[in-house]
Amino acid sequence: MFFHAGNENQRPLSPSPVLELSNVSKRFSKRLDAVEKFARRLGADVPEHTVHAVDRVSFGVARGEVVGLVGESGCGKSTLGRLACGLIEPSEGQVLYKGQRPAGTQRPQMIFQDPFASLNPRMRVEEIIGEAPVVHGFVSRSELKNYVSEMLEQVGLDPSYRRRYPHQFSGGQRARIGIARALAVKPDFLVCDEAVAALDVSIQAQVLNLFMDLRENLGLTYLFISHDLGVVRHLAQRVVVMYLGRVVESAPAAELFAAPNHPYTRALLAEVPRLERKRREFAPIKGEIPSPLAPPAGCHFHPRCPHATERCAREAPVLREIAPGRLSACHLNG
Amino acid sequence: MKEFLSNRIAATGLAMLMVVIAIALFAPWISPQNPYDLGKLDLMDSRLEPGGKYLLGTDGQGRDMLSAIFYGLRVSLLVGAASGVIALTLGGLLGVLAAYVGGRFESILMRIVDIQLGFPAILVALILIAVLGKGVDKIIFALVCVQWAYYARTARSAALVERGKEYMEAARGLGLSRTRIVLKHLLPNASPPLIVVGTVQVAHAIALEATLSFLGLGLPATEPSLGLLIANGYEYLLSGKYWISMYPGVALLLTILAINLVGDQLRDQLNPRLSRA
Amino acid sequence: MLEIENLVTEFATRDGIARAVNDVSFELKPKEILGVVGESGSGKSVLGYSMIGLVDPPGRVVSGSVRFEGRELIGLPEEEMRALRGKRIAMIFQDPMMTLNPVLSIETQMVETVFAHESFDRAKARKICLENLELVGIASPERRLKQYPHEFSGGMRQRVAIAIALLHRPALIIADEPTTALDVTVQGQILYEMQRLVRETGAALVWITHDLSVVAGFADSVAVMYAGRIVENGRTEDVLHSPRHPYTRSLLDSVPANNIGQVRLRQIPGMTPSLARLPAGCSFRERCGHADAQCSSMPEMKTSVRCHHPLC
Ligand SMILES: Nc1ncnc2c1ncn2[C@@H]1O[C@H](COP(=O)(O)OP(=O)(O)O)[C@@H](O)[C@H]1O
Ligand SMILES: Nc1ncnc2c1ncn2[C@@H]1O[C@H](COP(=O)(O)OP(=O)(O)O)[C@@H](O)[C@H]1O
Ligand code: SF4
Ligand SMILES: [Mg+2]
Ligand SMILES: [Mg+2]
Repeated sequence: MFFHAGNENQRPLSPSPVLELSNVSKRFSKRLDAVEKFARRLGADVPEHTVHAVDRVSFGVARGEVVGLVGESGCGKSTLGRLACGLIEPSEGQVLYKGQRPAGTQRPQMIFQDPFASLNPRMRVEEIIGEAPVVHGFVSRSELKNYVSEMLEQVGLDPSYRRRYPHQFSGGQRARIGIARALAVKPDFLVCDEAVAALDVSIQAQVLNLFMDLRENLGLTYLFISHDLGVVRHLAQRVVVMYLGRVVESAPAAELFAAPNHPYTRALLAEVPRLERKRREFAPIKGEIPSPLAPPAGCHFHPRCPHATERCAREAPVLREIAPGRLSACHLNG
Repeated sequence: MKEFLSNRIAATGLAMLMVVIAIALFAPWISPQNPYDLGKLDLMDSRLEPGGKYLLGTDGQGRDMLSAIFYGLRVSLLVGAASGVIALTLGGLLGVLAAYVGGRFESILMRIVDIQLGFPAILVALILIAVLGKGVDKIIFALVCVQWAYYARTARSAALVERGKEYMEAARGLGLSRTRIVLKHLLPNASPPLIVVGTVQVAHAIALEATLSFLGLGLPATEPSLGLLIANGYEYLLSGKYWISMYPGVALLLTILAINLVGDQLRDQLNPRLSRA
Repeated sequence: MLEIENLVTEFATRDGIARAVNDVSFELKPKEILGVVGESGSGKSVLGYSMIGLVDPPGRVVSGSVRFEGRELIGLPEEEMRALRGKRIAMIFQDPMMTLNPVLSIETQMVETVFAHESFDRAKARKICLENLELVGIASPERRLKQYPHEFSGGMRQRVAIAIALLHRPALIIADEPTTALDVTVQGQILYEMQRLVRETGAALVWITHDLSVVAGFADSVAVMYAGRIVENGRTEDVLHSPRHPYTRSLLDSVPANNIGQVRLRQIPGMTPSLARLPAGCSFRERCGHADAQCSSMPEMKTSVRCHHPLC
């Protein structure tokens, strides 16, 4: 993984990133409804609501790497994942997968959170998994049965489940079907968006192990999006922390968890429920994540930051290298 | 299916509907006489009371009411079903497409739907028939025109819900074409509510056609539907010859009731369709 | 204050009788926090509902006793139960909208809750509402009181639901996964405040969660549920640091945070069995590494663990 930090530090740490985001922004504007449009035409001051879901984010993921992406809900993680998979186009900047815009089957595959909503309820497992490979000519119709069986076995499901419908499976099994569907188009890269969040602890362990096995067997690269720092800590080699659409810190996982630099990362880590904790006696982080419609000026985190100064309210800190391979966007770093 | 039959009322409705459909299909073979073969009619037998030679009596031209109802049912069901299928296909496709494509296409289409639904169906149908003239094809066309908007609206809202689901995004991520996504993923999942609306609408269509025919605007007298039969008997009602109007009316009522019972159960069953897992 | 003995709640399902709560017993004292943990479908929510008479058909409390402040609640007439609910016993749900009505202002809802059990004048009721909003950490309560649920974030809504639950200073609060849908930061704040509230108001708290790490440092004691039964209970530190039931042990082992650094997680073999088709004997038998012939008979709850071969 490497980072473009600000503009002066463009020092790729890895020669050929598989996925490269440069200065990517994504804005959503809420369409004005008829009444609002009318009021505007009459000269009333109705603002267009624009959400900066992703705000000038740059990073790359090297082949074989596991990058964790964390942050509170609404900070833009899923949007970033969709951008990486080419499911939405950036408003600014560019996303390159193996040097090209992600399209067709040349793109990362997404693994979704909801094991119910992510499978077409009216298709049999065979069709769910086999549709895309047949359409793209990876397999012929006659080989399909074997191919689907192979995919099912790869994710630890019995090939005899081929003819079943999604509602005949448990949550954990459905998650596996979703993974098999993605693997069926032979991706090199998986974007897992909260892929285990909806699963029970014991099932979650099984699916996380499956991800690790697949990585070993197929040499996959992962962007692992999760609000669960425990999961990210377990899997990721490198962690990117987002806050209100911006990257605030990025570091090798071990270093980030041992010595978080950014005050937001520190606050986030302090809140993680831990088994070894004795008593919850500390004062928690102040306030809630502000509305992305009207993010605070300067450093987005300053209203909640215990170290905020007057400068933080004024000036947005740039993401800078604070140690080799570590980046942080905070004025405290000078 | 098993579940369907476990509800007794629905099972009755389904049985009734089957009988009605069977009668309509086999009318030429099961009717005591061919009510439109004028050579077979005996004017001497006109307006006979029910019972005796004619189970449900005869009308003003000595036509056996039972046979007339069987044939009338055939026409009514044909008109209802044909207009329903065409309207469902057309409205469903447009609605799903509107949800998927969005933008200007969607807004224009939905405005048309709103306008269409703003007028009473009977009024629109009356105007169309007045312009087009009588005939089975014309009335089917008129009924499609008044019905497609219901399907389009239902299909669009169902498709909007489905479009936001993750499996749709997954389909795009797999590089599948737009046509394929609409036809294989969006349409099948947006259609269960359409089928429910469909049953209700077919019942509406049959009633609407009956109304038009009753007003003398629907079908030509050579192809009388239940509505026309009712209208024909109407003039005799006051003179106590109730059967000429009433039995076709009962047949119409039972048909619509059967369809609605089946529709209700379908709705209950298709709605929480995932909870059955 | 609360004593539950041999509580059994059954559901008549298509596959047969499902005992969602099976022979559950525990006690709770004022100011005590009990964490009820277990995977989904283990019967946690049904246990909560059974305690306050909210089990709906096809479910039914079949036997057992729930004694609260010296009164037996099982078999209590619905009217008396309703008088208790909301006043002496309050429940908080995972989805705060189970408590909140989307079309009424927070003020209307809170004041009505006050009037449900008290006959204060409106000004006094309002004052109580303000105090409670402040108590759960809602800034500028005067302004917030006038707003509607949709104007609140998820975390704030849950706080309002908690404030409503606290209005009558209940002696017992049952909270069913109230922080599961919230961010860790908001969860942290709410856990912190709940702990403070329990201390200040003297209420006892039953905190239902699927997340073992939530109860760590929060609950005084923990009950671990598997397939409708409590398989282990005890002081939180003891259960989490030296679990004695093989299921608790496996569950702790499968938590990623306990397996740092890309090693394989230890996973529990097989799947949670359907409640209507449990294996004979110990329900965990088929997934347990320690099972032997003895385990085909149901183990008793001995020294706070339900296992023939407890780990030391
Ligand atoms: N399709 C969309 N239309 C409008 N706003 C959106 C859309 N997708 C995401 N957003 C907004 O962008 C922000 C980031 O959302 P998301 O990427 O889903 O965050 P996360 O996954 O971190 O919870 C949120 O404020 C969300 O409301
Ligand atoms: N309404 C219901 N109808 C039938 N069975 C139910 C119902 N509610 C709960 N159950 C049964 O009770 C079991 C436990 O449910 P629940 O208490 O909600 O689990 P938890 O809260 O631990 O996830 C379920 O597995 C199910 O078998
Ligand atoms: S009773 Fe037997 S099977 Fe059950 S947990 Fe204990 S050792 Fe395992
Ligand atoms: Mg997300
Ligand atoms: Mg529950």
